[in-house]
Amino acid sequence: MAWEGLSERLQAALKKLRGKGKVGEADVKEAMREVRLALLEADVNFKVVKDFVAKVRERAVGQEVMKSLTPGQQVIKVVNEELTALMGGEQSKLNFASRPPTVIMMVGLQGAGKTTTSGKLANHLKKQNRRPLLVAGDIYRPAAIRQLEVLGKNIDVPVFSLGDQENPVVIAEQGVQKAKDEGYDVVFIDTAGRLHIDEAMMGELKAIKERVQPDEILLVVDAMTGQDAVNVAENFNRELGLTGVVLTKLDGDTRGGAALSVKAVTGCPIKFVATGEKMDALEPFHPDRMASRILGMGDVLTLIEKAQATMDEERARELERKMRTQTFTFDDFLEQLRQVRNMGPLDELLGMLPGVGQAKGLKNLQVDEKQLARVEAIICSMTPQEKQEPGIINASRRRRIARGSGTTVQEVNRLIKQFQDMKKMMKQFSGMGKGGKRRRMRGFPFL
Amino acid sequence: MSGFFKRLKESVTKTTGSVTQKFLSGLNKTSTSLLGAMDDLVRRGKIDEDLYEELEEILIQADVGVTTSMELVDRLRQEVKERRIKEASELQPLLAEIVAEILIDEEEVPALQLRDDGLSVILFVGVNGVGKTTTIGKLAHRLKSEGKKVLLAAGDTFRAGAIEQLQVWGERVGVDVIKHQPGGDPAAVIFDAVQAAKSRGIDVLLCDTAGRLHSKVNLMEELKKVRRVLQREIPDAPHEVLLVLDATTGQNAMQQAKIFKDAVGVTGIVLTKLDGTAKGGIVIAIKNELNIPVKWVGLGEKMDDLQEFQGEQFVHALFGSGDDKEKTLTGSEE
Ligand SMILES: Nc1nc2c(ncn2[C@@H]2O[C@H](COP(=O)(O)OP(=O)(O)O)[C@@H](O)[C@H]2O)c(=O)[nH]1
Ligand SMILES: [Mg+2]
Repeated sequence: MAWEGLSERLQAALKKLRGKGKVGEADVKEAMREVRLALLEADVNFKVVKDFVAKVRERAVGQEVMKSLTPGQQVIKVVNEELTALMGGEQSKLNFASRPPTVIMMVGLQGAGKTTTSGKLANHLKKQNRRPLLVAGDIYRPAAIRQLEVLGKNIDVPVFSLGDQENPVVIAEQGVQKAKDEGYDVVFIDTAGRLHIDEAMMGELKAIKERVQPDEILLVVDAMTGQDAVNVAENFNRELGLTGVVLTKLDGDTRGGAALSVKAVTGCPIKFVATGEKMDALEPFHPDRMASRILGMGDVLTLIEKAQATMDEERARELERKMRTQTFTFDDFLEQLRQVRNMGPLDELLGMLPGVGQAKGLKNLQVDEKQLARVEAIICSMTPQEKQEPGIINASRRRRIARGSGTTVQEVNRLIKQFQDMKKMMKQFSGMGKGGKRRRMRGFPFL
Repeated sequence: MSGFFKRLKESVTKTTGSVTQKFLSGLNKTSTSLLGAMDDLVRRGKIDEDLYEELEEILIQADVGVTTSMELVDRLRQEVKERRIKEASELQPLLAEIVAEILIDEEEVPALQLRDDGLSVILFVGVNGVGKTTTIGKLAHRLKSEGKKVLLAAGDTFRAGAIEQLQVWGERVGVDVIKHQPGGDPAAVIFDAVQAAKSRGIDVLLCDTAGRLHSKVNLMEELKKVRRVLQREIPDAPHEVLLVLDATTGQNAMQQAKIFKDAVGVTGIVLTKLDGTAKGGIVIAIKNELNIPVKWVGLGEKMDDLQEFQGEQFVHALFGSGDDKEKTLTGSEE
């Protein structure tokens, strides 16, 4: 089948790269050819692929190969990083009006999933103690109003409708008015699916926009969309000025390249993904997951992860040795701190750590990224000697460090105390089980 | 112009009237950009590697898919060599010929394989939102206007408002709908519909089903059960299993076709939403790999926006030269 063949070709190409010590321009070119095919097979628009490949090729050629990665892995690593970056940050937040009600318009092609998504979003907000109102603005498709009414009943959210004989602009306007009058704080306007080239129907959306001044205009896009996704997104964006995208039907086996296409041509954040027909099948968008899904090189990415883990393990072993020999310093501390901060949002990482929940004193741990930045600043204000021999840091040195790092003496004191505690804790941990668990635990000794 | 193309053109101009007009105007938007790109290419005159590569990209842009596009261009290369073709302008008709060979079967397959007398059953399947219910409405209208007695079965008991949607279509067209309560067993609805169809002397029973992603095993099992019920009640039923595909869909359509075919034996494809800008090129790949023919195309949301798929016109509109198409589309050719 189509992309199994591709995957094989890719593996073959990578194997070739793996054997070599250094990655040359020709190697990158070959790897990028496979990347190009993978992206096209994932339905990323071919122009978007072209731009992307050109950009990444440039970056990959100039790159130094990381110690524990082969050149081929290095290229894929760069591709994956760029893809993730292009997809944007995590964006599951809606823009709420400073003065309620917040008005959200749902737009898109026929059959994209606007009505279902409206219901899911309303349900989502209801759980956050908001008072949503659904407005039935699709007067064209048979029983579309009925569909919304049934969904509204299921999630216990009221639906405003004027039947299918009234103009959608009027329906939208009166729906918003009802929200104002009755204290609903979010209004979802469901609209009929339409072709992006249907001028009359696009005009109707513009008229609704004009009339109700929405805070969000969300384009609902079927994740299975092919090359045409760029035309659709471009038109809707040009006509309406989109504020975000919801990607639907991601529970299927599509690679979902449309996500990249839409993002590339509109620049709009993908705010949510829909993953099923039930009302709670709505998730925040994870650019990294989407990137590896589109790239479809799961095994290669796992390999890279493993390589990186091996590297971490080597470092961990070194740290352990230092611990045992009591030579662990603030320099090591800093290195650890930076390594950990590079790994992503801390609370999330911590949540995934086995054993953290049980470790005494680590329960209910609040991780404050800003706090970490201050810790880093403090250590950076130490002299090399102080970092190596924390014992010499007396009161006047502490005052100097506090000044230099823009913190307080109390904070410096606390850190030094934590450092001592940490050493004790590390000792404790090195007595715990073996393998990955232990290694990962050691990534966070300063906590 | 090759003999093949002459034949194509003849067949297109032979089929006059609104049907052709509509079909081609739907495809018009589809093919203009493609043609523009093609024209630019062939004007260069020389056949070189870049030209092949760009042809490949044009196919990819039409959602034909990388693998099939490469295969088609490889075949093109082969033909060029064998026929000692030197002119770039000859590539376009040649590529059209290659695609047509895939899409159009030697012996004509009827758009609907119905029994001459007695009840015929058509089962509609596909993923969510592709246009199953709408197509049923359109087809019911068409069959009825051909003098057939038609009955609809509301087999989508899952999606909110789905039964009502089919009922509205039934009223529009003037045919009855057999339904159960929302949430009921679809196989039971279909069973009842067959009984009703038999006792009422119905010619064609059109069975709607809930949209389902082909990757959901339990839902595919449910569909198999529907099929089994049909088969038990009428041994040679279903007489057609039509997979409805949205032309906007990319490569995933291949997966859909493959898995639905394995599960319920798809006999043909309805390609909907061709009135948009999407090209639906994946059907070429599907025909090539799975040999499932496209039988109908959807060109809008109205009752008569359904046309029999005309492979030759599809190909002609995709690959015919700009001049030819212009004439055909405006009907200025006799
Ligand atoms: N533009 C256009 N829209 C279509 C076509 N066929 C169906 N639709 C629309 O696509 C949407 C989904 O159709 P529906 O029949 O409910 O899909 P189902 O979930 O597969 O039954 C509806 O808004 C239809 O009006 C078509 O050929 N062209
Ligand atoms: Mg339906």
